Amino acid sequence: MRAQSNNRPLSPGEITVLPVDMAMAQDSTGPLAIKVFEEMGVGKVWDPSRIHLVIDHTYPAADEKVAKLHILMRAFAKKHGVRLVEGSISHQHLLENHVVPGMVLFGADSHTCQGGAVGAFATGVGSSEMAGLWATGKLWVRVPETIRVNITGEFKKGVYARDLISHFIGMVGEDGGNYMSLEWKGPAVRTLSIASRACVSNNSMECGCKLSIFEVDALTQEYFRSVGRESIQEVHAGLKATYKDTHDVELGKLEPEVAEPGNVDKVKSVDELEGTPIDQSFIGSSTNGRVEDLVVAAKILKGHRVKTGSRCIVTPASRQVFEYAISNGLAETFLQSGAVFTNATCGACVGTHLGALGENEVCISSSPRNYTGRMGATSAKIYLASPATCAASAIEGKIADPRKYL
Amino acid sequence: MTIPATLQGRAWVWPDNVNTDIIIPFRFKARTNDPVEMAKYAMYGFDPEFYKKVKQGDLFVAGRNFGGGSSREQAPVAIKYAGVAAVVVESFARIFYRNSFAIGLPALEVPGISKEVKQFEELEVNVENWSVKRLRDGRVFQALKVPGFLRNLMREGGLVEYYKRHKTFPWEQLQTAAATA
Repeated sequence: MRAQSNNRPLSPGEITVLPVDMAMAQDSTGPLAIKVFEEMGVGKVWDPSRIHLVIDHTYPAADEKVAKLHILMRAFAKKHGVRLVEGSISHQHLLENHVVPGMVLFGADSHTCQGGAVGAFATGVGSSEMAGLWATGKLWVRVPETIRVNITGEFKKGVYARDLISHFIGMVGEDGGNYMSLEWKGPAVRTLSIASRACVSNNSMECGCKLSIFEVDALTQEYFRSVGRESIQEVHAGLKATYKDTHDVELGKLEPEVAEPGNVDKVKSVDELEGTPIDQSFIGSSTNGRVEDLVVAAKILKGHRVKTGSRCIVTPASRQVFEYAISNGLAETFLQSGAVFTNATCGACVGTHLGALGENEVCISSSPRNYTGRMGATSAKIYLASPATCAASAIEGKIADPRKYL
Repeated sequence: MTIPATLQGRAWVWPDNVNTDIIIPFRFKARTNDPVEMAKYAMYGFDPEFYKKVKQGDLFVAGRNFGGGSSREQAPVAIKYAGVAAVVVESFARIFYRNSFAIGLPALEVPGISKEVKQFEELEVNVENWSVKRLRDGRVFQALKVPGFLRNLMREGGLVEYYKRHKTFPWEQLQTAAATA
């Protein structure tokens, strides 16, 4: 992705201003953006059709305080005629319905970079800048340096996109991509489904990057055709693209990867942590709550029971994924195994409802972050892994290798 | 509110990778729109009583990747409304950095600073020449350069104050680019 000003290509480090195609805020950033917008006294938004307010983080409201902020969002949406979405996680909803290659998307949510899965310039900002964006339809950016990640080979059994991005974060560290753009290249890219690319682009935020971009290829085009949306623009790195750094990852060398509590970059292979007792397994979030994630989790859980004394919570990323799980027997498998199957929400990932952790509890989770206090009590511990590893761990009540169930 | 050129105070020294879940957990920040309420949970992950211990005008010093993780603007807001006058770190995570300027919290990147300052040592942050002075020996540490429009935005107190005063946003004077594939 390159930006031009007066037909002159911009260089990394330059500051420029981008006209924005779409702006999104959710229920933990939108209420503050609304407050700021009203304090500024701007009056009107630039283009209501390009603004999405998504109620997804604590949906439906877990308590009166949250409900009050949801009411504020609904009132703002009505007053300004902007789009209001309830009950699908923003990144997945936008991917399913609106994101197209080459689009400039700013979201008041760090994982907005998921849009790079289909070649969008998609990145996160805060509430005040979102309010300024609502007013002007533009925002400043610093042109990022680019890191190329060249991927080759094939995943072994039981290894998935989540293991790829976990491994990569372990390689570069939690600020290894800070301010930068990741570009996913190499022959193995074409083997990654759009859902897998979305997982990678989404979770790329955990090394701090601004963008995480896949080129538009035949699979992207096929995806847009299959959902009845034609893509508008092909996105390829220019021939003169320059890279700050290049990393090579051979998929066949990856194992099921697990990040240890506290930092997303403390990544080990599952065999190093196997047997660690858990209280809860969480399968879901915008990182790993898509159909392919639920399909593999159901495959592993089928015919098994969640270990007595532990809990398993399955939360789809969108209404569409939820409906698929109901219609295709996945929900039934989850319920038969003793798991809790919830509506689409950010829920447990941010410890706001539907699976918050108490003191000293241990969770294995397919959500993006294992920071101290992320899912509840400060003393709780969170391990991060793929939905497959989380499902296998739910059966055993301890961290388990998914390969024995596949 | 315009931020004065120099800010003198004692420094709280924090480690590398202080993330936004430590600065203010989701369950608190997503249940209020009141910055004074947010401030009660500042640095909760390290010390739930921090807001009782911090003094008006205190400073923050930290290592690499301060403010990593979430886009939550409530993180710099909680720090600012807890009374912290400026944050000086080795490096900021991208969104926290943007948010700090957008809400008028002085945010300076000074490589190596976390090894040069002891807990509660007195510092003077200069937001005009973008440097930090260690008062015990007068040594001055220069911060990494920041575009003028961002420094002006911060000095004027952030986007709300800026827009109220100028009826325009700071990026509207900058050249607009065309994003191309």
